[in-house]
Amino acid sequence: MFDKTLAELAQGLERGDYSSTELTQAFLQRINALDGQYNSFITVTEEQALAQARAADKARAAGNAGALCGLPIAHKDLFCTQGVRTSSASKMLDSFVSPYDATIVSRLKNAGTVMLGKLNMDEFAMGSSNESSFYGAVRNPWDTERVPGGSSGGSAAAVAARLTPAATGSDTGGSIRQPAALCGITGIKPTYGRVSRYGMIAFASSLDQAGPMAQTAEDCAMILNAMAGFDPLDSTSAERDTEDYTATLNQPLAGLKIGLPTEYFSAALDAGIAEQVRNAVAEFEKLGATVKEVSLPNTELCIPAYYILAPAEASSNLSRFDGVRYGYRCDNPVDLEDLYKRSRGEGFGPEVKRRIMVGTYALSAGYYDAYYRKAQQIRRMIQQDFVNVLNDVDVIMGPTTPQPAFKLGEKSSDPVSMYMEDIFTLSLNLAGLPGISVPCGQASGLPVGLQIIGNYFAESKLLNIAHQFQQATDWHKQIPAGVEV
Amino acid sequence: MSLDRSDVEQIAHLARLQIDAADFDGYSNSLNSILGLVDQMQATSTEGVEPLAHPLDAVQRLRRDEVTEPNQREALQAAAPAVEDGLFLVPRVIE
Repeated sequence: MFDKTLAELAQGLERGDYSSTELTQAFLQRINALDGQYNSFITVTEEQALAQARAADKARAAGNAGALCGLPIAHKDLFCTQGVRTSSASKMLDSFVSPYDATIVSRLKNAGTVMLGKLNMDEFAMGSSNESSFYGAVRNPWDTERVPGGSSGGSAAAVAARLTPAATGSDTGGSIRQPAALCGITGIKPTYGRVSRYGMIAFASSLDQAGPMAQTAEDCAMILNAMAGFDPLDSTSAERDTEDYTATLNQPLAGLKIGLPTEYFSAALDAGIAEQVRNAVAEFEKLGATVKEVSLPNTELCIPAYYILAPAEASSNLSRFDGVRYGYRCDNPVDLEDLYKRSRGEGFGPEVKRRIMVGTYALSAGYYDAYYRKAQQIRRMIQQDFVNVLNDVDVIMGPTTPQPAFKLGEKSSDPVSMYMEDIFTLSLNLAGLPGISVPCGQASGLPVGLQIIGNYFAESKLLNIAHQFQQATDWHKQIPAGVEV
Repeated sequence: MSLDRSDVEQIAHLARLQIDAADFDGYSNSLNSILGLVDQMQATSTEGVEPLAHPLDAVQRLRRDEVTEPNQREALQAAAPAVEDGLFLVPRVIE
């Protein structure tokens, strides 16, 4: 049962092979038995899950079951969940119980899903390895000495270990796509504005986007159907009609024009990854696509631009954590300044403090033009590169990451080497474009992800392309050796 | 652009972050390392390029100035460290 996709479980529930209550109990037991090895969950919501499952079974019996009714999922602990701890994997919010649901949480709840719990992540979504969590690092189910990626490392690991069939994640610089790649699962970052950010703890408001992570593109499409759409509570939400992302999964790919950026296949790219990605592209040619070389000349500038813009926005967003209205407060503050400085100094971890300081500096008087404004100009240049290429081809493909899952501790002492991990993912957040990562092979026994980048609001096309690839290959069905199903 | 100790102290103050003496050099080194990475931007000409603040160049959506939210003070203050009579308590500010 644990290796079944969300779509297969939905069919099982429909046929009456099992009830949602039985399914939920089975996953809860599995999490209890196995998650000690991975540390992917921060909070397991056993009572609520069973109550939701019973309600779903009742709804089904009354003939009111929608596509997601009774299906178990888990939420990244970045999303506010009413009555349940929402920690953002930080000491700052360790005891914070959210008074409300994020929009994506309430939409998935209303669609009948069952919440198994809240998933581990890098603190305040800042990281690419899930090593900065207040609750400890998450381990990659493919090799528990290695990182699962980040910041949605708990989400990726939980799906890879089949502790939950699907999860929500968030992506500011690659935090859905990169862990999906390192853990051998599928994850999509929608176009900026496609999914509501209301109730999603803010890291960088012009870059953040929520999205689904699951075993397959089809499962992601099912979840995205419930998540996507205009939300009046999010002032950056796109006023654009929703689509049924499952409706076009089976469209044939004949005539699809794929671009491969020269800059993505430099000599520095891991040879194993390059080979797997080129094999994947060859599969698409078999499916009727044509491939050409394209250029995204400002690719490398995405790293400096992002590591100014994201910390700058984070320094502003995280200024709300001041020990006054919610979150951690230091003991015996002597005055207001002491309250702020020690609550924040003690409540935030080192990577968060680093980024707040970089951001503060970049926005400070005398440096704003040289850093922040300059980065915004580079941002427009990067966006323009994509606009130019996407006028010529339908989608862009390449590796999701420059290397497979690295060892725990390998990069944690050098922030800059960690930042290099994001070279292929950052540009999409800067430009606001959608991107999906699908498993496309293995290098040294570790999963390799293929990233497919589309034009604005082309989620249907990306999911269709990924689904067709998953009909022709079976990388997405591979389960880590140590994981029993 | 290299930061010295007083620069880092000033930044930490602006950000209202207490940094322990023992950790200071570590943060200093990391910040300089990150700023070194970021200085790559300076080598590129951005003459005449309009800054991009929002990926879809959207502007702030406005709504009518009408009360639409119910008062949920109790529920929203339940998470506060210290509250009295509906007010958040902080150390004395005015002498």
